[in-house]
Amino acid sequence: MRHDHLLTAKQLSRSDVESVLERAREFADDPAAHGDRHPGALLALCFFEPSTRTKMSFETAAKRLGGDVVDMGSVEDSSVKKGESLADTVRVVEGYADGIVLRHPSQGSAKMASEFVDVPLVNAGDGAGHHPSQTLLDLYTIEEHAGLDDLTIGIMGDLKYGRTVHSLAHALTNFDVRQHFVSPPSLRLPRSVRYDLHEAGANVREHEDLSAVLPELDVLYVTRIQRERFPDEEEYEAVAGQYRISVETLADAKADLAVMHPLPRVDEIDPAVDALPNAKYFDQAHNGVPVRMALLDLLLD
Amino acid sequence: MSEKDTELRVSKIRNGTVIDHVAAGEALHVLAILGIDGSGGESVSLGMNVPSEKMGLKDIVKVEGREMSETELDVLSLIAPRATVNIVRDYAVVEKTELEAPDEVVGLLRCPNRHCITNAGEPVETRFDVIPDGVRCAYCDTIVRESITDRLAV
Repeated sequence: MRHDHLLTAKQLSRSDVESVLERAREFADDPAAHGDRHPGALLALCFFEPSTRTKMSFETAAKRLGGDVVDMGSVEDSSVKKGESLADTVRVVEGYADGIVLRHPSQGSAKMASEFVDVPLVNAGDGAGHHPSQTLLDLYTIEEHAGLDDLTIGIMGDLKYGRTVHSLAHALTNFDVRQHFVSPPSLRLPRSVRYDLHEAGANVREHEDLSAVLPELDVLYVTRIQRERFPDEEEYEAVAGQYRISVETLADAKADLAVMHPLPRVDEIDPAVDALPNAKYFDQAHNGVPVRMALLDLLLD
Repeated sequence: MSEKDTELRVSKIRNGTVIDHVAAGEALHVLAILGIDGSGGESVSLGMNVPSEKMGLKDIVKVEGREMSETELDVLSLIAPRATVNIVRDYAVVEKTELEAPDEVVGLLRCPNRHCITNAGEPVETRFDVIPDGVRCAYCDTIVRESITDRLAV
């Protein structure tokens, strides 16, 4: 990759994606065999919001490459609590580490932070904005199970606030993909994302109901509809209930449909689905390590 | 009706700025951008929905005793991208600028997205890219098409 930072999936060209995925495949064969790639490299983890998978997989990836991490810890224990700006925090951390992984609740935070530092910075989630490293592992998983061209994907759930959705939709415009977006009207894709997809000439349809498109899909990407997006519990239950996946739901799907989810899942995919060969979300999570190894390997070179 | 008729409607000024060819109905926004509400004592003449050969209908704003700055022109170009700005001294036009929409506007607008990093007290100026019919926050991607003048940070 020619980039210093990974801020949004919009900056990724098809060849950027392909080079990350290709290297990730090399690492996936034997993740423990690459400790000579970046000995001594230090990656700073700055997570202003809680994270389990993203943070642990970046930490694992750095260590697998022979490097190590320094962790800011939780916001409660840091100088952020004393009112330090993000700009100041990253300028200080830049002096400690060879790269920064940032998660922050404000949209655009990673872009702003990148303007204050010279070490590579990875956006690991900026509010309802973007989450491009998640997208790379999503693409890796999609490619494994369905390939990335001549693909029909359904993306369902909270499309408005779902940063993994925004990044994935952008990245898929590099490939020959038909994208179906399934959500309640109040959680449809934000205007800015629809604008970009339109500009990119993407093949996009929006739906309120999964059943109309389910039989066509090669991949169904499910996201969580959060309780706090609704004014009351009753409305949440009524709406979220229409976007849950069960074994019965999948009866109309192609036999080789790949069901994905960025996790954490709450109840939008029934645990009974886990036993089906279609369930790919744990594979997807495991792919976070080789893909983030590949990403760090390219950024730290 | 000709441009000459228009001139008859609004009197000439001695020193100041004439903003011509403003999109019909936008004259009050122009004044809002300039922060002119009458309290500063400037003499202001205004024509709204004036017939224009070039535009069909247009607005025109004349402000006595005030010359517009580059910054003011930048913002003005967003809501009145076809406007002509004439700086007048001693009844003569000494400078004529045809506005053109800029590629970006820096530090002039506030992002309407309250979750945007530019609203979080960070040491950073707002930056908006100009897109067809609007502007777009360079940090959080939010598109602003309506009421851009409500977003003025100044």
